[in-house]
Order: sequence, then C-alpha cells, then structure tokens
Amino acid sequence: MSIAHESTASQGPLIYRQALITRLTHWTWAVCLFFLLLSGLQIFNAHPTLYIGNQSGFGYDNAVLSMRAVDTPHGPEGRTSILGHEFNTTGVFGVSGPADDPNYRGIPAALTIPSYRDLATGRVVHFFFAWLLVATLVVWLAASFANGHLRRDLAPTRSDLENFPNDVRDHVRFRFHHGESYNVLQKLSYCAVLFVLFPLIIATGLTMSPGIDAGFPWLVELFGGRQTARTLHFLAMFLLVLFFFVHVLMVLLAGPFNELRSMITGWYRTSPSIGPDKIANEGKKP
Amino acid sequence: MSKIMLTRRKLLVTGAAGASSLVLGGCDAFDFLSQNDSHARAVLEKANDLTYHAQRLLIRNGALAPEYSETEIRQGQRPNGSTDPQTNEYLTLKGNGFADYRLAVTGLVERPRSYSLAELRNMPSRTQITRHDCVEGWSCIAKWTGTALSRILDEAGLKPNARYVVFHCYDKYDDNAGAVPYYESCDLIDARHPQTILAYGLNGESLPVANGAPIRVRIERALGYKQPKYVHTIELVDSFAHMGRGKGGFWEDLGYDWYAGI
Repeated sequence: MSIAHESTASQGPLIYRQALITRLTHWTWAVCLFFLLLSGLQIFNAHPTLYIGNQSGFGYDNAVLSMRAVDTPHGPEGRTSILGHEFNTTGVFGVSGPADDPNYRGIPAALTIPSYRDLATGRVVHFFFAWLLVATLVVWLAASFANGHLRRDLAPTRSDLENFPNDVRDHVRFRFHHGESYNVLQKLSYCAVLFVLFPLIIATGLTMSPGIDAGFPWLVELFGGRQTARTLHFLAMFLLVLFFFVHVLMVLLAGPFNELRSMITGWYRTSPSIGPDKIANEGKKP
Repeated sequence: MSKIMLTRRKLLVTGAAGASSLVLGGCDAFDFLSQNDSHARAVLEKANDLTYHAQRLLIRNGALAPEYSETEIRQGQRPNGSTDPQTNEYLTLKGNGFADYRLAVTGLVERPRSYSLAELRNMPSRTQITRHDCVEGWSCIAKWTGTALSRILDEAGLKPNARYVVFHCYDKYDDNAGAVPYYESCDLIDARHPQTILAYGLNGESLPVANGAPIRVRIERALGYKQPKYVHTIELVDSFAHMGRGKGGFWEDLGYDWYAGI
C-alpha cells in the first residue's frame, strides 16, 4: 500500500464521535483502574492466598492460588500455586527484588502502591478510587442513558450480531473499519467491561466488607462465601487487565493518533464510505 | 490546519509518553502517600468517612452479621497480633488463672464499677458462630460466648456526652517508636449492637490466651483489629483525640481506618 494512496482523498470525514461526558468518564476510569490495581495488589500482598468458601483454610486446604517464599539449598525461591499446580516464580512472585537483598512478597514492588509493604496506605488509596469509580459509573450510566450513547452506540443490533463472524475475521487480520459506530466486537467488549466486570468487581469488593455483609447478607450467599468473593474480585481484576492490554493493542493497530484524538477531542476520522470488499484495502491513517 | 494537527499530535505523544513513564517508573512515585501528614493522603482518607456514613445510613443499626452452623467450624480460631502478652500485670493474672481479674468500666458513666470474670460469666450470655475477617484478607469461622456489652453499658449508665467506647488492653504492641498498650474504640451503635459481646468463651472452651483471655471484645460487623484482646478497662469518652496518637486505636494511629467495617 503506497503512501500516495493514503491521501486525504482516501479518508472519510472527521466526525464528532465521543461526547464530552464519554471522554471524561473514560479517562477518570483509566486513572481509577491504575490506582485500584496497584493498591489492590498491595492489599493482596498482606495475605497472598486466595480461597473458595467462607473462610481461609489453615487447618484444611481450600486455596486456589497462593504465592510464597520457600527456603531451598540454592537460596530463597518464589513459588506460586494455582489450582494445585506449583510454579517457580522467583524474581517475580513470592521472591523479587535484588538477588543480594531479596524481598519476600507476593507481588513485586514495581506493581504496588506504595512500593514497600504498607497495607494501611494501600487501603486508603483503594477505597478512595473505588468510590470514584462507582461515582463515575453512576454519572456515565445516567448520562449515556439520557444522551442515547447506550442505545445508539453500545447496544448490539441485529445486523451487528449477523456480522459477528466477519468482524472477528477482520480483527484477526488486523483490518479495521473506521465507521461512525463501534463494530460488534467493540460493543460486546465494552458492554462486558461496563455491565459485567465493573458490577462484578464492585459487588465482590462490597462482599468483603463485614459491614455490608450484615446489611446485605444475600451478597455473601450469591458469591458462595466471602473468600470466594475475594477470589472472584481478583479474577475480575485479571480480566480487566487483560481487557486493558487488548484495548491498547487495538488502539495501536487501528491508528493510535486517530483513536486517541477521538477520546481526547471527540473528533474521529472515518474511513471513506466504501463497500465491505474494499474495507480490506483500507490503509492505516498516517 | 496541518499546524494545529501537528500541535495536537505532539500533545498526544507527550501525554502518552508521560503516562507510560508513570507506569514503567515503578510505583515509588506514590510512596509519599504513606506519610500521615501528607495533604494528598488527608484528601484520600475522606473516602473512609464517606464509607462510615454510607454504611451507617444504608445498614440498620441492629442488622446482624451472618451467623453460621456448627458444621462450618472447621478449624481453630487463628490467633494474630499479640498472642502471649508479657507485661507483669498480665503474667500475674494469668499465673492465677485470672481469678483476680477485674474489668473496669470508667469515664463518662453515672456508676463506674468493675466486674470479676465470675460475675461476667454469671450474667446472661450470648453465643454466636461468626466469621472473623482479618484486615489482611483471611477469614475464620468460630463460636464466641460472652456478655452483651450493651448490658454492661446499661448497668453503668452513660452520661449524655458519652460518644465512644474505648477498650484498654494488657498487651503492648510495637508501633515503630516502641511498645505501646493496645487500645481500640467504637461508636455507641457498634457498642450497643446485639452481637457485640465481651467474649470469655471460644468454640465451647474458655477463651485461650492466644485469642485474648480472659476477655476479648467481638464487634462482628468490623475487621479483626476492631476486636481487642486482653481487655482490662472500658472507658466512655466524648473524644479520643487525647489518647495515643489521637486516631482511636493502635492500628488507627498507624494509618488504618477507624471504622473498619470494610
């Protein structure tokens, strides 16, 4: 594909794609998730073991994941167990930091706030941004319902679903159609984050609160115990991190300048309106 | 037009580079939040007040923490924090099987008084199988037996300006500046909650030393550090600003939230 071919003539019009409230809530969430992840890993480090059920098995085994340091003839080793399978994770999980002054901790210092072990501060940071995330979600839901963002941009239509196999094929081949609306994979993944992962991580977080469990005991029942809720909270975090990496990868592949501009200024350069057979030849934005 | 675009592009690139350096640079960038006098921390801590007021608003004062069946007691209660206090006073009491133990009720009460362990045991008791949630993240289910704190408060008669109950303990704990006596506090809603007991029994036996003998407070809608062990005095106050570092408890003085219901 030649540069000449990617002249302005091959570009569609600039459209105003992202409302101010969509952009504001997007970046507020980005900041919240950054702090929630790193302070959450700090909290996790206070007891880096996850269980199924209501309690933590000390006299019996109901752990599904654990990170620990063990002494070996070759010095301390980090071990991570997942569903009974043990891995040597020295340098990352269990034992990390400089070889002559190792840190015995689940998650390494680079991934926690604060960098050293400080559960109290981790909790202060975590709960502040948890409130901010929930408040942002409420504002976004109300605004997106009112301005039609939910119905117009996010709800998958019948033709979206019919086009699902084509859209998957296009994504696998890194072909991106810059339309006015999201493609079906975008819609489904954004809906999964906003309507499945966010509610799940909020509800499982609340279930860990002994105060909330007194007021809303059905929450503990729903998730099958406080420790199961803690495990699901961790799992939801993992899926959000996975979403983050795929999301950033897609932005990079689809044209980071255009994608970032639309999420900052609202303006988005569409592809020229061409038939589906020509979408395959659509060039990347300069 | 192209000039504007260039400027915008520059802005975006600079922004992206800044954001990624924040991530890659490790997180000691936010270590300043540990300092208790940090202004940013004070702002973030406001969320704890919000949590306290939101939970008090949403949850009935008498709402009970979940209780469990005998079959869910699958292990001993895991001891944490102090497990064998070494203060002389405590060792003397322990050596005598706590026969000389007195629980004092003082402060803003009409009738200050004290109770022997036998007196507490002879009052109406409450037994509950509840889940102990440690701030570290783990949970443990156990059966606790004790005297309702509300009854003790009723017998002493609270003065109108009493706002908090402070529990003073025999154990000392290292707060990075030396060993200081453990203490805790709660509001009158938690103090009068039906599940708030002065526990002397654990899983059908006398409360062991590791778990807080002879008396440990249970406040079932809060985390483990809100359940002080080795309690010798219950003091009614209108403010705890003059105690310790003024935050209402040993762990609170080290930066943990006072409410501890989350």
